[in-house]
Amino acid sequence: MTPTTAADRTSATVPSPTPAPAGTGGRADTRAGGRGGGGTPAGARRLGAERTVLRLARPYLPRLVGAGLLAAGTEIAGLALMATATWLLMTAAGRPELDTLTVAIVSVRALAIGRGVLRYTERLAGHDAVLRMVTDVRARVFATLAARPGPVAGQRSGDALSRLVSDVEAVQDLVLRVLVPAAAATVVGLLAVAGTAFVSPVAALCLLAGLLVAGVALPVAATALTRRTADRVAPLRGALAVDAVDLTQGAADLAAFGATRGALDRAGTRAAELARLERRLAVTGWAVDGAGTLVVGATVAAVVVAALGADVGGVLVGVLAVGTLAAVEATLALVGAARQWTLLRAALGRVADLLGPDRPAAPAPAAPGPPVPADPSPPMPAGPAGAGSTPDRAPGGSGHDCRLDGVTVRYRAGAAPALDDVHLDLPAGRRIAVVGPSGAGKSTLLGVLTGTVRPTTGTATVDGTDLFGHDPERLPRLVGGLLAEAYVFHATVRENLLLGRADADADELAAAAAAAGLLDWIRQQPDGWDTVVGEDGAQLSGGQRQRLALARALLAAPAVLVLDEPTEGLDPTAADAVLDGVLAGLDPRRSLVLVTHRLRGLTGVDEVLVLDAGRITQRGTAAELARRPGWYRDQWQLQEAAERGYLALGPA
Amino acid sequence: MSNRRPFDPRLLRRVPATRRHLAVLGLLGVGAAALVITQATALATVLAEAIHGRLDRTALAVFVVTVAARAGLVWAQGVVAARSAAAVKAALRVDLLDAVGRRGPGWLAGQRAGTIATLTGRGLDALDAYFTGYLPQLVLSVTVPIAVLARLTFADWSSALIVAVTLPLIPIFGALLGWQAQAATERQWRRLSRLGGHFLDMVAGLPTLRAFGRARAQVDVVRRMADGHRRATMSTLRIAFLSALVLELVATLSVALVAVPIGLRLLGGGLTLQTALLVLLLTPEAYLPLRAAGSRFHASMEGLTALDEALTLSTREKPGPGVTATPREAAATPAPGGAIRLESVTVDYGRTVALRDVSLTIRPGERIAVVGPSGAGKSTLLGLLLGFVTPTGGRVVTGADRWPATCDEPGLVLVDGAGPADVDLDAWRRRIAWVPQRAHLFAASLADNIRLGHPDAPADAVRRAVRAANLDDVVLGLPDGLDTLLGERGHGLSSGQRQRVALARAFLRVEFAGPEPLILLDEPTSRLDGAAEAVVLDATRRLVAGRTALLVAHRPALLREADRVLRVDDGTVRELTPDRPAPDVVATA
Repeated sequence: MTPTTAADRTSATVPSPTPAPAGTGGRADTRAGGRGGGGTPAGARRLGAERTVLRLARPYLPRLVGAGLLAAGTEIAGLALMATATWLLMTAAGRPELDTLTVAIVSVRALAIGRGVLRYTERLAGHDAVLRMVTDVRARVFATLAARPGPVAGQRSGDALSRLVSDVEAVQDLVLRVLVPAAAATVVGLLAVAGTAFVSPVAALCLLAGLLVAGVALPVAATALTRRTADRVAPLRGALAVDAVDLTQGAADLAAFGATRGALDRAGTRAAELARLERRLAVTGWAVDGAGTLVVGATVAAVVVAALGADVGGVLVGVLAVGTLAAVEATLALVGAARQWTLLRAALGRVADLLGPDRPAAPAPAAPGPPVPADPSPPMPAGPAGAGSTPDRAPGGSGHDCRLDGVTVRYRAGAAPALDDVHLDLPAGRRIAVVGPSGAGKSTLLGVLTGTVRPTTGTATVDGTDLFGHDPERLPRLVGGLLAEAYVFHATVRENLLLGRADADADELAAAAAAAGLLDWIRQQPDGWDTVVGEDGAQLSGGQRQRLALARALLAAPAVLVLDEPTEGLDPTAADAVLDGVLAGLDPRRSLVLVTHRLRGLTGVDEVLVLDAGRITQRGTAAELARRPGWYRDQWQLQEAAERGYLALGPA
Repeated sequence: MSNRRPFDPRLLRRVPATRRHLAVLGLLGVGAAALVITQATALATVLAEAIHGRLDRTALAVFVVTVAARAGLVWAQGVVAARSAAAVKAALRVDLLDAVGRRGPGWLAGQRAGTIATLTGRGLDALDAYFTGYLPQLVLSVTVPIAVLARLTFADWSSALIVAVTLPLIPIFGALLGWQAQAATERQWRRLSRLGGHFLDMVAGLPTLRAFGRARAQVDVVRRMADGHRRATMSTLRIAFLSALVLELVATLSVALVAVPIGLRLLGGGLTLQTALLVLLLTPEAYLPLRAAGSRFHASMEGLTALDEALTLSTREKPGPGVTATPREAAATPAPGGAIRLESVTVDYGRTVALRDVSLTIRPGERIAVVGPSGAGKSTLLGLLLGFVTPTGGRVVTGADRWPATCDEPGLVLVDGAGPADVDLDAWRRRIAWVPQRAHLFAASLADNIRLGHPDAPADAVRRAVRAANLDDVVLGLPDGLDTLLGERGHGLSSGQRQRVALARAFLRVEFAGPEPLILLDEPTSRLDGAAEAVVLDATRRLVAGRTALLVAHRPALLREADRVLRVDDGTVRELTPDRPAPDVVATA
């Protein structure tokens, strides 16, 4: 009935009381059941998440308060416009002098313009403040994730990752769609009650009652209904999403085994069930909106009756009636805000968990454990450049010695050790390969060397100091390289490579790319080094991705270069060429730890370690091991025979 | 980001229930318009009497009853709109998934699978905002302004004229500014999406950043990029919000334009107070639904985009090249046995030609290895035999020249570039045991995942398949053994374990497939390391022993199982002979 408020309310909030409207809320709510740990169940922790998130708003408080005041001003301007216009008409009906109306006429025109301008500034101010806040949230969330050891949330699933991103956006919705409209509605309501009380306290009481119903009771009801809806709909939506993934990602499997029809029928039944539930829940959900309309009218009627009963002047009765209409409608914005808030809670809980403490997680103190006894491992032949434990401080300053002494790693108490009393001496310049069946402990060994897996007992040292005492940001300069699941960033080839070493020059870039066998491909691209590789390197084939990751690791050139399956995904010929290139191009002062399942091309390393069930079962040069009975020889013969056969099939 | 029409007429055809819902919404809209007039009239009467200190009880009663009726209408509109949303979503979900089933996996290649999965899941849920927020307002924005204008014409034609002139400005300005904002947004779009995607990219690549010691250094970059995103967004919003400003001004200024003249005319006595109040109360009502629809349109864009995608993807149109349609009247069940012949088969995907004029005969009992660089067309070859891929030229025939008979028997057409197939593909596939490069684990128990090979298989057959596929130790390691839930929200398996599940499926399939199964293996060990490969190979050897099989081999280890070796290179197929015959091979050439 009143002009302006209702329309603005809709622009600020999502109106649907049915579950999960568009936007972050919907996403968060659909997934609410999908993620254990981390997330806080809605309502379990009273406002803790909101408090944590809003703590970040502090620097922007003046801006946010300004936006809230502007929003309230907009609502008040709308209310005042209608009230003044009513006063104008009702006073004019008494045929006073024109002068008495001049102020009202000017006010009506000013309010009409002012309202629009206020709304515009409010929206800009609100968005500016909240986007600044989101910038902080992103940086903080990223810092928390960066400092957190172990896998990143959703490292395995892209879906969980994009949820993380949309969770961060929930902060934006919390401010713009919940806090600002709620604050504005509260201010307008309070001012309206105060203004009415001047005219008639009884009418003010009626208005207050109406405002409490519209601004408290209905939002509470809306919250409860929305939550119930979400709780009941979310599992079904989740199940349907899984059906959809199975039917699409597994389409070939289903078709090949003639199971498509059955799976389609099951998904169809689920979709119908969901639709039935949504229909049923809409009946109660929309009752709140109907009640809102009713409250507006009933309050107006009550205010009119009360004012007339209190012998308020006729003109003011009209002003009160029209003002009440506007005030109660403005307060109904709280219903929308409450719904929105309910839908955001799960996402906010997850964000709050990621905001974590203010301090960046400092590296934990060095591993406990007594001083290490003398190295009991068999003596090793000296590497080509490094000798013994004397640090080889070459002009490049790149020689460093790395040692593992009696390292045992148990992931769980009582479980079989992933590494069992491993000794490894890696003087500068030594090149070793680690082979063995899967599950033998190769990844754990790499984890210890790169500082991500802490030994349960035993020590890992670089140049005699504990490896875990190093700054985790600087350790990769000493020990690092190509680790599992190397990520290709959505950036140019050059930028992706420079991640390895930011100050590398063009020649070094080309050398690393050439060693990895990527240079020809780069030169073929129209944009050359500036070729943008797609999201997650999507525009690269698996082989090119691998080469890019390898080139980056070679460019990084840490003192101890670790390469985890560097030729994975390459065909045998290419794999041989790449491995030869890597070994030939490696600075002789640097050490190499090569983990591979492919035994070809290992003649270029000083020593091969065979790891089985966490223990080093065999060690020696590739040639020695190929002669000695054991896992290596069996595997070598198997691979050789097969590969010879394969290579013979190549284009002659 | 294109200009979307507010209503997609395809919806009426595809979801007939929508017609009924729209009709009801229309009726409710007419009712709402009538109630808006009644309510304003009643309130104007109450206030016109109140100026004399009198309470018009009848008018107040009418006002209250009207408000109650409006409340009822709001509820009814919401419920009908929600029903419509639920019906449309359910229908489109089924349509979309049916399209998947109808067009087969060839159509789903690449990104399309992800698009459809997202669309069927939460994508279509965005339609709620469209149906319950936008559509009812769209109806009201037709009925209410017409009713208000009609009433105003009766009450005071000069005010009606002002409203009639300014009202169209809302959609006109809305459209003009919308385009303007859109153009501005599109200029910014690349920049915005790059900046917006940066955060996701950085988080996804965090392990790699850590591996190079760059994670903490990157925090500042993330902040810088996020700040750039803010600035770019703000400059877009400054224009985008202008449209809201103009619309707001049109609506509020017209209230001032109407109120001031009628106030002055009241002074002159040319108008009754009741009429003046009615005009004042009704004028904003004319603009309200249009502005509400406008402001909700943006929120419903996501839903409309999803709707458009869903309607387009699920349209029953002719499939493109390289995609298998359901055979029209083909129902022949191929008799077991007989050779499979590829006759001058060409598969042209448009961007690449996967196979060029390939002719090939697969005789019963042969185990054929297929080698060649990746992307050479090996998987396409298997796709043809599975009926996933239809050639653009030539055809694939089964049951030709019953072994060892003459070569002239025509056989049954499995897939044909030129016309319909003879064979019922479902029946044909019942003979096939397929082990893909990366088998999908369904959100079901391990036993049910294996039973995909044969849904009615008894428990002991499943156990036999488990043993044959070397899956026993995996089953032992799972918390609930064969009943452990796998897939999306269940237990994950390593690549090697996953392949063994696929092999167990194949063993089960073979056991129930009838006399002469055809086994298709697509690089079953390509992602495995040595030990896992050995386990899978061991099971694979048992699976193909004595059976007709096509083995795509990226890794050399599989070649030892082959009687013949084909090399696929750039779409052509060449026959090679292994340098040494495997000891257990019966030469069939």
